[in-house]
Amino acid sequence: MAPSIEARQLSKNYGRFTALSSLDLKIQGTKCVGFLGPNGAGKTTTMKILTGLIRATKGTALINGVDVSKDKKGALASCSTLIETPEIYPSLTPKEALSMLCEIRGVPKEEKNKRIDEALARVKMTEWEGKKVGGFSKGMKQRVNIASTLLSDPEVIILDEPSTGLDPRGMSEVRDIVMSLKDRLVFMSSHLLAEVTEVCQEVAMIDHGKLLVYDTIENVTAKFAGGGGAIEVGFAGAVEEPLRLRVSKIPGVLSVTKSNDRHLIVKFDNAAVTQDRLFELVAGLKAGALSFTPASGLEDAYLSLIKETL
Amino acid sequence: MSDQHPRTKVGSLSHVWISAKYNFLNYFRARRFYVMLAIILIISGLLTALVGYYRPPGFVGGNALGFYGAGWGSFANFVVVLSAAFFGGDAISGEFQNRTGYYLVPNPIRRSAIYVGKWIAALAASTIVLAVFALIMVANGLFYFPGSIPWQFVESVAFAFVYMVAALSLAFAFSSLFKNSSISILMSVILLLFVFDVVDTVTSIVAGIEPWFSITYGAGIVSNILTVPYPAAKSVTPVGPGGRFAIAQFNATVPEGLLILGVYFIVMAVLGLVLFERKEFTS
Repeated sequence: MAPSIEARQLSKNYGRFTALSSLDLKIQGTKCVGFLGPNGAGKTTTMKILTGLIRATKGTALINGVDVSKDKKGALASCSTLIETPEIYPSLTPKEALSMLCEIRGVPKEEKNKRIDEALARVKMTEWEGKKVGGFSKGMKQRVNIASTLLSDPEVIILDEPSTGLDPRGMSEVRDIVMSLKDRLVFMSSHLLAEVTEVCQEVAMIDHGKLLVYDTIENVTAKFAGGGGAIEVGFAGAVEEPLRLRVSKIPGVLSVTKSNDRHLIVKFDNAAVTQDRLFELVAGLKAGALSFTPASGLEDAYLSLIKETL
Repeated sequence: MSDQHPRTKVGSLSHVWISAKYNFLNYFRARRFYVMLAIILIISGLLTALVGYYRPPGFVGGNALGFYGAGWGSFANFVVVLSAAFFGGDAISGEFQNRTGYYLVPNPIRRSAIYVGKWIAALAASTIVLAVFALIMVANGLFYFPGSIPWQFVESVAFAFVYMVAALSLAFAFSSLFKNSSISILMSVILLLFVFDVVDTVTSIVAGIEPWFSITYGAGIVSNILTVPYPAAKSVTPVGPGGRFAIAQFNATVPEGLLILGVYFIVMAVLGLVLFERKEFTS
């Protein structure tokens, strides 16, 4: 049976606040699914219900067909989780902390050390395996947490913002690890759209506790990115309003928005102007354009679906 | 899908053992374990030095039983309360406040197995502390009264262990009630060191009612067993002009004390477990 995660009419209220409202979502098969939404949208709430950290007010959460609220042990038997940024008992070493999870998860004794060594090597924490976790930085602890999800070769992996606390190299390594998790169902929440685009095949977007869309990234982008193309143009100096207006007047350009001090997102009509022609026209402005990068279609889709951030 | 690395099914009893093992390891290496041991060594060291220097008659003037009554009998319950608060006071609340629960709970393990394992680990750590105190008392006792360890002392140590079991259950229940470690530790200490004692006194003296509902009243057997004869279950002392007023004093009998401690253990263990099962990991 293919691994699966399912939410049926899943709701969660905190007093009068509705964190999750009748969420219906079924993910099945071996793939990576990104879970997107603004802060407070209900992503972590969903993941906490799926992992038995909180209870749903209504509805059912199932992992591999097993109801988490009725049989958490059975539901999580083949599921690894990383919810928020867990802390490890400070007096334990990474090796001991991982050994505890191996024993809980039923990893055979003769394989335990090998798997721990492999997992620690994967997150580049081998040289720290004998030191107490209490003295580690947030990023180092998160690496151990990530190693903990790799121990028992689970069918389902639930990751809640796994890159949190990591430096850029660490983030890149996490992406590599997630991409290497073939034959698994990975359900990963993230605010990093580029990360989701890179590692996930499908995406589910949620806002105000309601599911907005669940589809492949290609379909979501095609449906909601507004058509046309988008590029991000980097400039040598700060982008001022006159420059933004000059770029917006180029034939075929639909809109121009500042993504940061030195970058503009240029949306254009594919029928009116090609990307290489646009490149020439922007360069022709002699405004110090340094780089042209295709913008993420997922970002457009996200912005068109999610209108506000809590 | 194919599972390259097979897993064996782990029963709940094994999970209890795993939880106990790693929590004990964490306790054993933590600073608080050594702080607790240091407190015991300071108490024992002061007792040893003061008794050795001043030779107070209350300790060394009579027999071995008197020595153990004055030394062990006066401090054993204090050691029990301190250990329960140190090792049980934040055992569960710490999982929420320190976020260690996020590492342990979302795994194929029942919360009850985590809870019982942590309780066993706390009991093991507390027992070590109590045993160290008992051994120092015995060493002192044998110095002043060679070859004589009264059987009442052995009983008292056993009762202190029963009190520890009950006090830990109470501390765990408070630990499950609160998400803040400091509050749960403080509540355990205040309740066990002061509140119950005050309630015992007020109930006995003012209302003349036996405080059968109090854990510290039940724990009175730890020191009472070292008194010969065993204190009367109820004594009334006339006070005031012409003895117009009477102060009642109650002492739990051994079966009564054990029953009170047993009930506290069961009720508080169930309460704490239910609270932990229902508690949610919300930020």
